[in-house]
Amino acid sequence: MVDELHEKKLKDLEIKANRIRQLIIETLVAAGSGHSAGPLGMADIFTAFYFHILNHDPKNPFFEDRDRLVLSNGHICPVRYATMALAGYFPVEELKTLRKLNSRLQGHPHRTSLPGVETTSGPLGEGISQSIGMALAARLNNKKYHIYCIASDGEQQEGNTWEAVMFAGKDKINNLTVVIDRNNIQIDGFTENVMPLESLKAKYEAFNWEVLEADGNNIRAFVDAVREARAVFEKPTVIIAHTIPGKGVDFMENRFEWHGIPPDTQEVKGAPPKGEQAKKALEELKTLQGKVESEHQ
Amino acid sequence: MLNPDLKLNPKLFDPDVEVKPTRHGYGDGLLELGEQNPNVVALSADLTESTQAHKFAEKFPDRFFECGVAEQNMAAIAAGLGVSGKIPFISSYAVFSPGKNWETIRTTIIYNHANVKIAGHHAGIMTGPDGATHQATEDIAITRCWPGIKVIAPCDSIEAKKATIAAASIDGPIYLRFTRDKTPTMTTQDSPFEIGRTFEFWISDKPVATIFSTGYMTYYALLAAKELEQENISINVANVASIKPIDEQTILSLIDKTGAAVTVEDHQVTGGLGGALAELLAKKKPTPIEFVGLQDTFAESGKPLELIEKYGMGKGSIKEAVKKVISRKDL
Repeated sequence: MVDELHEKKLKDLEIKANRIRQLIIETLVAAGSGHSAGPLGMADIFTAFYFHILNHDPKNPFFEDRDRLVLSNGHICPVRYATMALAGYFPVEELKTLRKLNSRLQGHPHRTSLPGVETTSGPLGEGISQSIGMALAARLNNKKYHIYCIASDGEQQEGNTWEAVMFAGKDKINNLTVVIDRNNIQIDGFTENVMPLESLKAKYEAFNWEVLEADGNNIRAFVDAVREARAVFEKPTVIIAHTIPGKGVDFMENRFEWHGIPPDTQEVKGAPPKGEQAKKALEELKTLQGKVESEHQ
Repeated sequence: MLNPDLKLNPKLFDPDVEVKPTRHGYGDGLLELGEQNPNVVALSADLTESTQAHKFAEKFPDRFFECGVAEQNMAAIAAGLGVSGKIPFISSYAVFSPGKNWETIRTTIIYNHANVKIAGHHAGIMTGPDGATHQATEDIAITRCWPGIKVIAPCDSIEAKKATIAAASIDGPIYLRFTRDKTPTMTTQDSPFEIGRTFEFWISDKPVATIFSTGYMTYYALLAAKELEQENISINVANVASIKPIDEQTILSLIDKTGAAVTVEDHQVTGGLGGALAELLAKKKPTPIEFVGLQDTFAESGKPLELIEKYGMGKGSIKEAVKKVISRKDL
């Protein structure tokens, strides 16, 4: 089961999340392409998973009874890779190889390239289905591990998503918890302008899911939601996690322009000039957007 | 004559030869697999009885997953099962799977290297009255291009059962092509079947052309061969059940003897068996080839045998193609 999060550990996780945000910026700059907003927004949730929620072992990524974390919106893999590196799956140094030739860190995750990446993703709408398959296998084998599937709000527009949602509701797949990164942005703009999703909650409930909501940038709130989800036995559960895209970097927060680009490649409205974006972002993260004077790093 | 080494159906040329749909071979094979291997599971997208997965479903309800009319979901769920130690068989009509869910399969099964076996049914225009929307005529083209995939088109229900059972033992994805209509049984239990192998069903002393046929079309190729023999045109006929991996060695040795090829398939002439053979021969042994199949058109509703005739794939068309390719030799 998932433990309650005590104050001391929470502080530690918040520091780790901040470190992960720094690694994301550094990784994206080294790569020269990739997605900024989603990864930054999801750093708190990934920290919570890898450092508190998941039963896993970085030194033994394939151990049979591990919890599975499926990333359906594979494009935000920079946050997954950064978190995995910090957790000890591979050296932090290797993050510099993202998207480069011969790298294990593919632009969109590839299962057999990197131990610990549970599936291949990138094309949207396929993660929940795959998670269901894993959950069914666990059931057939009488295994107690849990499957978590992170999905984006944008991919709720894919028909395949609803095929999966329908199936899980029918089969009462209770060893599955989906986390939707509700950051309200997608490539062409805000989700509610491109193809409105609300009420997302009503949609999932109509398919017999338990729906929880949480502040995805508040680690304790998110952990509490996961604990609640794990206590639900009659239905699959979805946690609609409200996050701020670009969280942690003032000039990126809530701007959909930062969905699909890294810092330092383009002029963007409201941002420092092209060559100074990463520098400013890292400064902000170092001082938690001006809130502290950091002696670390 | 029929190759005696292959122990083919001695009644093959009888007017009342046994006829059975290849999809029955899938159903029987899947059931036997279910009994042998507890890790074999099956999924269906609302076509359980039609694709003959119902026998497995009835015997092993805990290992059968009904996905409803949702082929993409079916494929990706299978992927999740496949990376978790199960051996999933997914079945639907080929136009839907691998048709509709092509990218899902590409990403979650092929590139993801999930151990999923894809059974595409109602392949070919002999699907009949349902019409072109349900007749898969491009499925070989869209699957054999996937890196590492195996593509098998069994010639009768006996081969279909062997292919289904063999699929469970290989590591990784495989596409199996099955058909709706009752078609002649050409092989017996004792006939060899092997993924990666092609066998010469009809042999001659001094053949002047080789027919490479796949699926039930091998029957029409054999009828053509028999009639051509009466006209003193000797050929050989190879049944290409394994389109990928293709049996290079056997094919090249047959071409060595004849120097002319005709491909025969219930599929577009673009990208199917014809394409595979052309790629091989262009590289290794440039040879004139004639392609019998659907000539860049959709078919329509009709009786299977009517459709074969109308769309230029019957034994008459095959004979013409043989004569044409012979005339192209040494040009």
